[in-house]
Amino acid sequence: MSETRTGAQIMCEALIREGVEVMFGIPGGAIMPFYYAMWEYRDRLRHVLCRHEQGAGHAAEGYARSTGRLGVCIGTSGPGVTNLVTPIADAMMDSTPLLAICGQVGSHVLGKDAFQETDITGITMPITKHNYLVKDVNDLAYVFKEAIHIATTGRPGPVLIDITKDAMQKSTVPNWDQKLNLPGYKPTYVPNRRQVREAVKLLLSAQKPLIIAGNGVIMSGAVEELRHFAETLRIPVITTLHGIGSFPESHPLSLGMPGMHGWVHCNRAIQECDVLFNIGGRFDDRVTGKASTFAPNAKVIHVDIDPSEIGKNVKVTVPIVGDARLTLQALLEELPPREELAEFHSYASDWLEHIRDLQEKHQGKQQYINRANTAHWALPPHDVYEKLNRTLAARGNYRVVTDVGQHQMWAAQLIDWNAGPRTHITSGGAGTMGFAVPASLGVAIAHPNDTIWAIVGDGGFQMTNQEMATIVQEKIKNIKIAVINNGYLGMVRQWQELFENKRYSGTPLSGPDFARLAEAYGWKGLTVEHSDQVQAAIDEAHATDGPVLIDFRVEREVNVFPMVPQNKSIAEMIITEADA
Amino acid sequence: MKTHTIVLLVQDRPGVLSRVAGLVRRRGYNIQSLAVGHSEQPGVSRMTIVVESEDVEQVVKQLYRLIEVIKVSDVTDDPTVEREMVVLKLNASSSSRHEIVSMCGVFDAKIVDVGASTMIVEMTGTPAKVENFIEVVRPYGIRELMRTGRIAMVRGARGQFATEYVEHAGGNGVPVPASK
Ligand SMILES: Cc1ncc(C[n+]2csc(CCOP(=O)(O)OP(=O)(O)O)c2C)c(N)n1
Ligand SMILES: [Mg+2]
Repeated sequence: MSETRTGAQIMCEALIREGVEVMFGIPGGAIMPFYYAMWEYRDRLRHVLCRHEQGAGHAAEGYARSTGRLGVCIGTSGPGVTNLVTPIADAMMDSTPLLAICGQVGSHVLGKDAFQETDITGITMPITKHNYLVKDVNDLAYVFKEAIHIATTGRPGPVLIDITKDAMQKSTVPNWDQKLNLPGYKPTYVPNRRQVREAVKLLLSAQKPLIIAGNGVIMSGAVEELRHFAETLRIPVITTLHGIGSFPESHPLSLGMPGMHGWVHCNRAIQECDVLFNIGGRFDDRVTGKASTFAPNAKVIHVDIDPSEIGKNVKVTVPIVGDARLTLQALLEELPPREELAEFHSYASDWLEHIRDLQEKHQGKQQYINRANTAHWALPPHDVYEKLNRTLAARGNYRVVTDVGQHQMWAAQLIDWNAGPRTHITSGGAGTMGFAVPASLGVAIAHPNDTIWAIVGDGGFQMTNQEMATIVQEKIKNIKIAVINNGYLGMVRQWQELFENKRYSGTPLSGPDFARLAEAYGWKGLTVEHSDQVQAAIDEAHATDGPVLIDFRVEREVNVFPMVPQNKSIAEMIITEADA
Repeated sequence: MKTHTIVLLVQDRPGVLSRVAGLVRRRGYNIQSLAVGHSEQPGVSRMTIVVESEDVEQVVKQLYRLIEVIKVSDVTDDPTVEREMVVLKLNASSSSRHEIVSMCGVFDAKIVDVGASTMIVEMTGTPAKVENFIEVVRPYGIRELMRTGRIAMVRGARGQFATEYVEHAGGNGVPVPASK
């Protein structure tokens, strides 16, 4: 193998060595040598040509989040890589292993404002886990190895490599055997046993214990361990937006989602609990509301692989730095024998009963169905979710990708999430509109045997729908798009309705006929205007051997409830329309 | 507001200074001074940052997220040797020159240049002593003043030893040099 290679060939071989199979990108002047080389490797390294680099980035994210593997996206210097900035920031917020490969102008003109020169390492410094500018072909083999190691280990994240054109063109004999030189990067996977014992002691002292499960459970593959742990102690489990899929909602201990649009009983349980065990969640402000008022009666145990998350937003009694799976395994080992848990179990079951009473009182999902004065609505949005939910549960083998807005929250609330980890994929931390359509492309490529439903608002859909052409060119058939079309930037309109006197400034939204647009792309396009047509359209989408878009023209001014107004305590929920 | 002195060991790679400075700013902390230079270990630099903040736990943890940061110590409450240097260009007429020279003697400052009407003096000491010296010579007329950032080292056998953290550090290039 120690033959001379061009830098671009080394890049391809480095990716193949690290197990990369698919890349999403768009070529251009500075990255052309890489495209020239990848032609030789095309049977092992698939390139998906996207229509916009943002689409390429989100597609790579969808691939990564639905598999746990590295997602790879490519852009050329200047506007190509600045278009990657949004997905990179998105991947940073949601801890997604992403590698962005960027072409840079030749090293001899670097710093001279050459054509399409942009300081992308400078621009992305705060939104990458790490980044590199490579000017020497001899550095490429090592940098790719280190970059992929960093992106995929510890708390995963985006890593960007900017490579000058001449470094790709020059040749050298690659040295694949250099040892990683990262004295400052040693993620802690194995939890400290003493802390684990402290956690057990604190948990067992509780009378109202509560588990919050976040993305870390999914990323570390701890779903089985979490179930075992919760069942052994009989502690109820709340799942955050990114924790969806870590614990089946059909489980008797599952409570659902907390936070701004979480269920009343979840937020009340948080406010009442005496020990809160957060595994792999980061106490985002959309979960905590006003952090100083969050869980006022609770001692907190926080497990996270990133020490900087612990104590950042919420005061913690027992911090544990470690991998969620290894920590749960250690906790399970430290638990006392079952006979000694009888008293704990009896507290836990009273507590669960109390939470279920709260749930009964506040209806949860039922409140959408039972809402008064909606009989004249031709198509309430929740009808779409209800039918989709039932159909998906019956068919199985599905994954749902959501965009950002009301439709995203309804999906989190109204679908029964029982299909396991990595079946709910959304843009959480960054809240990036335009995520869903391109991300679904990445998910579909990674899971050709699943049906991928992209649920997207009419606003977000109009940001990145160009990737529908990519889906056709790649002959991808297993994507179905549900546009929840309310003619508004709905989530913003909701805030305007509730807090700004219905001043609908900049939120009414028009669009083309989405079904006809879909047809123009070579998709099947359907339009649904009445509840009666929902099921037939979903069935037709499933029966069609190819991509299908359904334009659901839903009632326009419907709000997502319950809701915690921004910066308010999660105790102060707007529960239904009547409280608003 | 309280100031904290943080000492870092970092891998000496391009951009590491702007990563550290950018992170501290981004997390909402104000940098009062920053000094950086080589350490006892090739390929490893040591930085001293003085930040204004009541609490630096978050910034310390965030600094650890940077891949090239090897070790971070908040030495604010440790016994340390702290040094700053100031270089001053003073108005020095023939009448005041003598006084300045004797003042420099008191403060252990060095006269490094003498011109027709100016003198350049250099003085090293604790931040307080440097401050004091500047005030004492201010009446003569300061034409130019230049101060380095603070550097700090923990006293005694305790400390941060770059050699402990780095087995085979690279040079100034991006990665470790190809093993020959
Ligand atoms: C790129 C981007 N721009 C703006 C926003 C702010 N924003 C959040 S939700 C939302 C409305 C989304 O509208 P739509 O896609 O139609 O979804 P809906 O809320 O109506 O379901 C907007 C504008 C955002 N999150 N992302
Ligand atoms: Mg909308």
